[in-house]
Amino acid sequence: MSDEGAAVVAAVQAIAERLEAERSYLTDLDSAIGDADHGGNMARGWSAAAEKVADLDDPDPATVVKTAGKTLLSEVGGASGPLYGGSLVFASQELDGGITADTAVAFAETYLEKVQDRGDARVGDKTMVDALVPAVHTFKKSVETDDLPPVEALAKAVAAAERGVDFTVPIRASKGRASYLGWRSVGHQDPGATSTLYIMEELLDAATEHVDVAETPAVDATSPTIPDGEEAAED
Amino acid sequence: MKKLINDPDDVVDEMLDGMVAAYPDRVRRLSDTNVLVREDAPVGGKVGVVSGGGSGHEPTHAGYLGEGMLDGAAAGEVFTSPTADELEEMVAAVDSGEGVLLVVKNYEGDVMNFETAGEMVEMEGTEVAEVVVNDDVAVEDSLYTSGRRGVCGTILVHKAAGAKAAEGADLDEVQRVAQKVVDNVGTMGMALTSCVTPEKGEPTFDLGEDEIELGIGIHGEPGVERTDIMDADAITEELTESVLDDLDLDEGQEVVTIVNGMGGTPQMELFVVNRKLQELLGDHGLETWDAWVGDYMTSLDMAGCSITVCAVDDELQELLGAPADTPALTVR
Repeated sequence: MSDEGAAVVAAVQAIAERLEAERSYLTDLDSAIGDADHGGNMARGWSAAAEKVADLDDPDPATVVKTAGKTLLSEVGGASGPLYGGSLVFASQELDGGITADTAVAFAETYLEKVQDRGDARVGDKTMVDALVPAVHTFKKSVETDDLPPVEALAKAVAAAERGVDFTVPIRASKGRASYLGWRSVGHQDPGATSTLYIMEELLDAATEHVDVAETPAVDATSPTIPDGEEAAED
Repeated sequence: MKKLINDPDDVVDEMLDGMVAAYPDRVRRLSDTNVLVREDAPVGGKVGVVSGGGSGHEPTHAGYLGEGMLDGAAAGEVFTSPTADELEEMVAAVDSGEGVLLVVKNYEGDVMNFETAGEMVEMEGTEVAEVVVNDDVAVEDSLYTSGRRGVCGTILVHKAAGAKAAEGADLDEVQRVAQKVVDNVGTMGMALTSCVTPEKGEPTFDLGEDEIELGIGIHGEPGVERTDIMDADAITEELTESVLDDLDLDEGQEVVTIVNGMGGTPQMELFVVNRKLQELLGDHGLETWDAWVGDYMTSLDMAGCSITVCAVDDELQELLGAPADTPALTVR
C-alpha cells in the first residue's frame, strides 16, 4: 500500500474510533435541537467507512477518501450522508495526483464548497459551516501566505474550527432541523459543527503521527507514513 | 397497534419484493437496492423520468412506474430519503443516453441526496435535470423542509413529464413541462388521525377524539391549525379556499383536481369531499377539466385527505390526458 494511502486509511480508522467514543455526547447535543440521531449516524457511518477502506488493495489517497465518502452516503443517508459523504466523494478528485500542500488546500476548498452548495448554509446559520469556513480559510492562508508547514497549518485550522464550534452556541439556527426551533436553539452547541471538529482533530493527530514516523530514519517499511500530513484537510 | 408486518426493519424490503411479485412483467428491482425500475428500462430513445422518497406513501412512487410515467422509483426507509448511492444506480439503470429528469419532493434529505446523486452521474457523463416539487400551500419551513413541502401535486408532475418523455421530447422540454406543473399546482391536506410508523408502533402525534389537524404534512408534520372536528363540507371549504387563495386563478381557468386519501380514508368520504370541491370551484368560476379521486400519495394509515388543484392549459391537458399504463394509474 502506498504510504499516503495507508496514512489516510489510518486516519479514517482514527475518526471512526473517535466518533464512536463521542457517540452519546453528539446524540445529546442533537437531542436538544435536532432529532437525536447524529451520534449514532456518525458512529455507524464512519465505522462502516473504516471497514471498507481497510479492505482496499493498495489504494491511493483519492480512492480511500472516495470510498469513505461513498460509504457514508449509503450508510448515513438523510441530510448528513450527502453533506459529510457526498462532499468527500467530490473533493477526493483533488487528491488524484497525491497529497501535496497545494492539493490539500484544493481538497479543503472543494469540500467546503460542496457542503455550502448542498446545505445552502452560510456562517452564522448554526451548522457545520461555522466550523468549516474558519478552518478552511485558516488552512489556506497558513499554507499559501504564511508558508507554514502543512501540519502546523492544520493545527491552526483545528483551532479555528474550535472557535467556530464555540460560536454556534449563542446563535440562532437558521438552517437544518434546528432552525425549526427558532430562538429556542440559542444556547445549544451545534452537533454538526462539533462532529466536524472531532474529524479534524483526528486528522491532525494522524498527520502529526505520520510526519513523526516519516522523520524517524529507521522506519518500518510497512508503517504508514506521510510526509506533510496535508490529507488532514480531508475535512 | 395491530399491523400486518413482520419485523419493522424488513418492511420496505418485503414490500418491494411483494410489488415485484404483483407486477413481474412491469417492474423489476435493481439487485441489492431498494430501487424499482420499469421492467424494460432503459427505454431507448427516451428521456428517463425518475422519482423517489421515503416509503409509507404508497402507491407513491413505484406505483407510477410504467409507460407514460416513471422509469425508476427509489424507496427509502419509512419517511426517510433514499440514499444518494441508490439514486445514482437508479439513474444509471434508466438512462438510455437521452438524459434523466429527477423529480424530487421538497424535503431536505431528498433534495440533498438527489442533488448529490445527480452530480455523481454527471461526473460519469450522464445528463440530468431536476425539478423540485413544493405544492403544499399550508406552511413554510417545517420539520423536514425549508420552503414549502412537496406532496400530492407530484403525481401530476410524474404524469406530465412522463408523457412528454414518451413523446420523444428532449430533457429540456421534459423538465420544462414538469416545472410548468410545479408552477401551477397547489395542495393542502388534513388529518383526522395520526399515522403509525412501523418502527414506533404508536401514533406519531396526539390528536384528540374531536380534533383535526389542518395543513398536515405527509409525515405527520404539524400543519397550520388544530381545530375541532367539522363536517366534510366545512373541511373541504377550508382546504379548497387555502389552495385557491394561493393559486389566485382567473375566472374561467380550467383545472385538474385531486382528492387524495391519506391511507386510512374510505373512498366514500373522498367522494363526499369531491362533491363539495367541485361545487366550490364552480362558485369561483373555475372549470374542472378532470377530477381524480383516490389514494395517490398516502401517509401510512393516516385518516384524512388532501386537495390538489392544478391550472391546466392546452399543453398540460394533452400531457395529463395522454396514455399511461402503470400499476396505480392507467389513462387510455
